[in-house]
This record gives sequence, structure tokens and C-alpha cells, in this order.
Amino acid sequence: MSGLDIAPDKMQPKAFAFDAEHDARANVIIAKYPDAKKQSAVMPLLDLAQRQHGGWIPRAAIEMIADRLEMPSIRVWEVATFYTMYFLAPKGQHKVQVCTTTPCWLRGSDDVVKACKDHLGIGFGQVTEDGKFSLHEVECLGACVNAPMIQIDDDYYEDLDAASTTRILEAFAKGETPEHGPQNGRRGSEPAKA
Amino acid sequence: MPKLKVDGVEVEVPAGATVLQACEEAGKEIPRFCYHDRLSIAGNCRMCLVEIKPGPPKPAASCAMPAGENMEVFTDSPMVQHARKGVMEMLLINHPLDCPICDQGGECDLQDQAMGYGVSGSRFEENKRAVVDKYMGPLVQTIMTRCIHCTRCVRFMDEIAGVPAIGALGRGEHMEISTLEAGIASELSGNIIDLCPVGALTSKPYAFVARPWELQKTEGIDVMDAVGTNIRIDARGPEVLRVLPRLHEDVNEEWLSDKSRFAIDGLKRQRLDKPYVRGADGKLKASNWDAALRVVADKIKATEPGKLAVIAGDQTDCETMFAAKSLFEGAHLDCRQDGMKIAGSAPRGAYILNAGLAGVEEADRLLLIGADPRVEAAVFNARIRKRWLQGGFKVGVIGQVGEQTYKTEHLGDGPDGLDKAADFIEGAERPMVLVGVGALARADGAAVLAKARALSTVNDDWNGFGVLHTAASRVGGLDLGFVPGEDGKDVEAILADAESGDIETVYLLGADEFDASRLQNAFVIYQGALGDAGAHAADVILPGAAYPEKSGTYVNMEGRAQRSQRAVFPPGDGREDWSILRALSGAMDATLPYNDLRGLREAMEAACPVLGDLDAQAPGEWGAFGVEGALESAPFVSSVQNFYMTDPISRASPTMAKCTAEFGAAAEKQAEAHG
Repeated sequence: MSGLDIAPDKMQPKAFAFDAEHDARANVIIAKYPDAKKQSAVMPLLDLAQRQHGGWIPRAAIEMIADRLEMPSIRVWEVATFYTMYFLAPKGQHKVQVCTTTPCWLRGSDDVVKACKDHLGIGFGQVTEDGKFSLHEVECLGACVNAPMIQIDDDYYEDLDAASTTRILEAFAKGETPEHGPQNGRRGSEPAKA
Repeated sequence: MPKLKVDGVEVEVPAGATVLQACEEAGKEIPRFCYHDRLSIAGNCRMCLVEIKPGPPKPAASCAMPAGENMEVFTDSPMVQHARKGVMEMLLINHPLDCPICDQGGECDLQDQAMGYGVSGSRFEENKRAVVDKYMGPLVQTIMTRCIHCTRCVRFMDEIAGVPAIGALGRGEHMEISTLEAGIASELSGNIIDLCPVGALTSKPYAFVARPWELQKTEGIDVMDAVGTNIRIDARGPEVLRVLPRLHEDVNEEWLSDKSRFAIDGLKRQRLDKPYVRGADGKLKASNWDAALRVVADKIKATEPGKLAVIAGDQTDCETMFAAKSLFEGAHLDCRQDGMKIAGSAPRGAYILNAGLAGVEEADRLLLIGADPRVEAAVFNARIRKRWLQGGFKVGVIGQVGEQTYKTEHLGDGPDGLDKAADFIEGAERPMVLVGVGALARADGAAVLAKARALSTVNDDWNGFGVLHTAASRVGGLDLGFVPGEDGKDVEAILADAESGDIETVYLLGADEFDASRLQNAFVIYQGALGDAGAHAADVILPGAAYPEKSGTYVNMEGRAQRSQRAVFPPGDGREDWSILRALSGAMDATLPYNDLRGLREAMEAACPVLGDLDAQAPGEWGAFGVEGALESAPFVSSVQNFYMTDPISRASPTMAKCTAEFGAAAEKQAEAHG
């Protein structure tokens, strides 16, 4: 697989600006950094743009952020395309992001992937017909002690197997938000029971 | 100054040097892809692995490892050999191995190093990754599947060119080099073709044209601007196929501007390949040398010396100007067709960049008066940027010029800015003042020159005055005294008098950069290579040679005389320019006293010793120059409005036309924003 998943021109808005609420938050973020290093704010600003714009970042937002932080737009593009948490095209209402990096894979992420694909009926990068879910393969999310895991929206669901994965997806489909964290009775990352 | 051992050889390297540099010091070759002397260290190709003791029991990337005291480095141990094989196998996993159809074939780092350090087979049985090719403008062709992600191109555009247009999008296996489908609006973009260690970025105009081993390589000097970039002219048979930069630390380092690299397809168009003489019906008719020279000789002999004018063009070599000066003694001579007001009596220090191009690296402040180095001397501009990046360096600009690749302080559009210049320079130890042709070619040019002289710091170890020339022939012409003598007429007077009839005959040596329609009342002889403005106005055309077709001496803007060698022969009946003048002298019964180029050069160097002192640079003699006077209020503008088309060759070049179409609009917009 290759190529970037960027929304086609016809979906791209002509202009993008932060609304009053997000603009205020952007100012707070930029103020955290010295003026000469304000490009450090690029990641939180991209996140803000994504939250304001319904879960994806349009081209215009990237250009706007580049202008605001006085950095070349290609540098913002590099950041926005590097991290899996930024989406450059509209995706599902809930983004199911499955980690398949080595620790998760050793602990059975293949089963989790299969459960997601079977239950949602879509492959990686695709969106369900009702627009509720999209499925994504992501690199390590830093929760290896509770592998395998998935991230749905802002929460981590950990210590999964096929059954618990399916249960979580069913709950989301019903409009519920299941309890995040380990799904096998563990508390946090305490030693697994023998 | 750490001392360390490389394969048993003890070397001492400067503090801060890397292990790779220490290995080179010890004479060991370290293979590399991402590392480049002039770029920041990326350390991502892993090809330069070496074994270092003491240290962890694994190979280390020598390009990113600082050399340490008492280190023991092994560049060819079994661990290193094994590691290199592994890296090479990894790099080739996704490389298409399409060398037979790749333009880089034969001069490819990956190919060479795979032969030297790789294994003969692959264990990879899965599908290779394929990447969609990217659009990077009319100059750079991309075949992105070949990319090994060394990021040299990204770093070059960011650091040297100062136009951060290329980025590495995505991550891991999905990483792609991209400009987001925009052309690279930089004057130095062609250099990424040289930097690319594989065939991912290749020359678009040169695609599938030739193999490197078919090419005859000749060392030349570029004449598209006054930097005097050292070039290698690659030709096959009668055709110049490409131009590459040669290393010269004091002139161009290893860079070349896009115009110099890509305008060569203009050498095949609009060529004057036969003598032409205007017939009784007013139309130019093909003729032969004997007849054409006869017409010219008769006309010149019939012209009083005071009614004959000779104008030398921007790309004329010193030999030709010297021969013309000897032959047309007493005529009105001028090599300053742009009309710059530097008097013929001015000392050498008045018209060269005294501190040298590399001298800007020692300057702590730079004042640009009506100069736009980005388009007037793109390669030199990279050096200004290099100095700027080191810090402690401010650039002040007076004039309406485009955006530079470094931060500048705008002091004013016109002469009013000169009033603020003294404050700007105040406190600097080694300020450099560069005057552009745009400021000197005005009616008040001599007064601007005097102002610039007054602003310059000149002492025993620093001469900060310089002129940013745009024509390769200009300094040589001034050195030779190819300027009007006493009572002589300059270009403007020649044109005016040609209109009124006071000048009867005008001999143009490749001079095209003025309104040639003003010559219609005069008898015009055009000696040159391409049919441009001058040839259209001509009554007789004598086909000369373009720069790759003759051996010539050129003096760059810092006063460095350099010699270019002949790579190919002029097309058709074209001849080397000095020999045309020699033949004409015979027809005029005033035979010049030399029969070959060596004889000419001996005479030229006797008359003008600086031209014999090849590749030397020193500040010129200092003295009085310029004329104190009132300044007009009009803003200074650059003499180069379109970087891609400044001379007959680049105007005839289809590649430069494509660049103008793609980037010209952007340049205009930029000019408006700043105007």
C-alpha cells in the first residue's frame, strides 16, 4: 500500500479558520512556547483543527496553521501525514484504530483485527456504510503492557481478544460508550494473574 | 583535537568531526547515501556503519557519531561487512532494480555501492512497494519507486536553496518525498538531481538521452551570469547534452543554477550557421565567408573611425574583445551594453567584488543596493544564505527587489534608502556593500557608485565594496578597457547617434540586450551565435560560436579570470569568434599579429596581465571613482526581471520557456507584493 489518504479537491473547503472557542485554545497553546519556537505548537493545533472540523483536517487548515506558526506548509504536511492520529479525509464517526506493531501482534492483534473486520464488514482505511465506524491500522500507541489494544476515538481499550473486541464494537453501535481500559479484569497494568 | 585509530592508522581530527570524517582522513572509503558534506546530518540510510571500540557491541553510524579520543574504528571488520550487506539488502528490498531503463545508470551511488558492498542475491519474495511519481516542475523528473529516503533533496531545498518545497510525507514504509504536486520555485532546484544518490530525481529535459559513458566531458565556465560557475560540459558528437557543476570551493562550491544547467537546449535553436548579407531587396540572404567578410571589410574601411561603433555582448570572451579592440582602434567601443555607469578610467576595485564571492562568509553585514542576488547570481545567493544561517549577519536591501532566501531589512525603495544605510552599517567590522547593475545602469548611476564607495569600509585587510554583475563578459571587458576612450561614445550615445546618422556602422559582438530597432539607420554587422535582437537588426551576420563551442577566458564578478575549454564545434559555417576577427583583419589589410589562440593570448596577457593570472582573486586597486551628484528619486529595480530568460541562449530554450510559464507568474506576483 502506498499513497496518502488526502480528501479529494471537491471535498476540501475553500478556507478554514478556528472558531472563537478553538481560537482561544490555540492562543493558550501557542503562548506555552517561546516566540521563536512557536512551531512547537503544530501538533496540538492540528488536533484542534481536526476536532473542530468533524474529525479530519482539510488542506486549508494546514495552510492556516503554517501561516499562524510561520513555518513552511510542507513542514506541517510532514507532521500531519506522519502521525496516525491525524486524518486528512473524512472518516467514520468512531475511528477504530488497531495497533498491529510487534508487541500487540505477539499478544494476538491478528484476532482483534479479524474480529473488527468481520464485525464491521470493512477493511483498513474503509468506512462502514452507515458512516458510524472506520477501521485503521496504526503503529505502536505506547500501551504495550496491555497488549493487544485498540483506540476508539480518544480512549484505549486494552487486553483484548476477539470476544471483547466484538462486545465493545456492539456497544458503540448501540450508541453506548463502554468503559475504557483493560477488558480482562486487570486493573491498570498490574501483573496479569497466573 | 581527538586522536583515534582507524583500521590501525592513527589520525587526528578537529574537535566535533565525525567518525566518518576521521575515516576519510585516514584514507578509508565509507559508503554512504544520506550523508553529504554540505548538508545537515540525517543518519537514516545506515550505509556508513562501522565498528567502534570501546562501545556497544553493535555497528555505529559513522556519519552521526562524533570522533572521540582514543577510539578504535574498524571499517572492514566482519561485523561491518555483515552490517553493510544487511543494509544494502534492506535498501534494495523496495528498489525496483530497473537500472537498464534508469537515467542514473552508470553514475548511480546505489548501483556502485551495491556492487562494492552488497550481496548478489535477494531473499525477499514479497511484493515490492510501488510509489506514484510526483510532479516537481519542468526540470526535475521523478521516479519515486526508486527513492531510498535519504532526504538529501529535502535538506538541500531547506538548508542551501532556502526554498522549503520538498517534504517527506507519511512514515515508515509509506514515506514519500513530495512537493504536493507543485513545481519547485527555486533557482537551484537542479542540484537535487546531482544530490540524489539513486535515479529517483533525474533531469527532465535529459530523460533517456544518453548514457554517461557515451559523453565527452569538457571543463568549462558558465556564462549565464557573472558568477563564473565551473561547469562540466557533457557532449556527444556535435551536441551538448548536459551541463553539470564542477567543484570550486571559492566560486560555486558544487552548485549550479537552473538556468546554467537547463538552458542548453537553446543552443540548438535560432542558430546562425551561415554568413548572411542583406540584399538589395532588403532581405537577408545566405552568403559565404569570403563574400560576407569582403562586404564588412569594405564597409568598415569606408567608415570614418569616428563613425564606427563596436558593442560587446554579455557572453563575449576576453579573446574576442581583445581582438576587436586591436582591430577597431579609434572606434567607439563599449562592453557595457546594460549602460552601467562605471567609467573606463575607474580602478579595478571599482568594478569587482573585491572581497571575493567567498568573502561574504567573513562579512558581518551586507548591504544590497539595487541588487537582487537571488535572480542575478543564484549560486552566490546560496553562499549569502549560508553566511546568514551562521548568525551574526544582517542583510539590508535598498530597492524594489524580490524576496530573498534569508531575512532582509528593507531600508527603502530608492536613493532615499541610502540615507539609512550608514546607520545600518554602523558598528559592523566587515560590512559588504554590493551595488547591482539595476542601480548603476540609471542616469544617476555614477552618483550611486560614489555613494556606495563612501559607504564602503576599505582598509588593509578588508575591502567591502563590490559590484554584483550580471554579465559574464563585463569584468573582462572593463579589464581590457573595452570602453569608450576620450571623446568616445557609450552605448546610449552610440544608439542615439545611430538614429541621427552620426554613427554610420555598428559592429555587434553578440550584443542583444538593448532596443536594436534604434539601429535601423546604421549599417549593422552582427557577429554572434544566435538569432536574437541583434541579428534581426543586422545587415551582415557573421556566425560565431556559443560558449561551449570555443575556448575562452572569462573574468567573473570577483575578478577571477577562468578559462573555458571547447566542448563541441559551432554548427554549420560558424567559427570561433576571435578567428572571425582575425579573418576580417586580413580582408581589411590590417592583419592582426597572431595566427592562433596562443599567440592572441600572449598578446592579450601582455596588454592585460590579470587575464593571464588564471583562477586568482584579489581585491582590485583602489582609488577615486564615481561622480558625486544628485540622485533621482525613482526606485532601484533589478536588471533581471525574469531569471529564466536573460540572454539569447536562454530566450531560445524551450525548457526555460516552460519555467517562465510555470514560475514567471509567481515571480510577477512576488514582485507586486514587494513593489
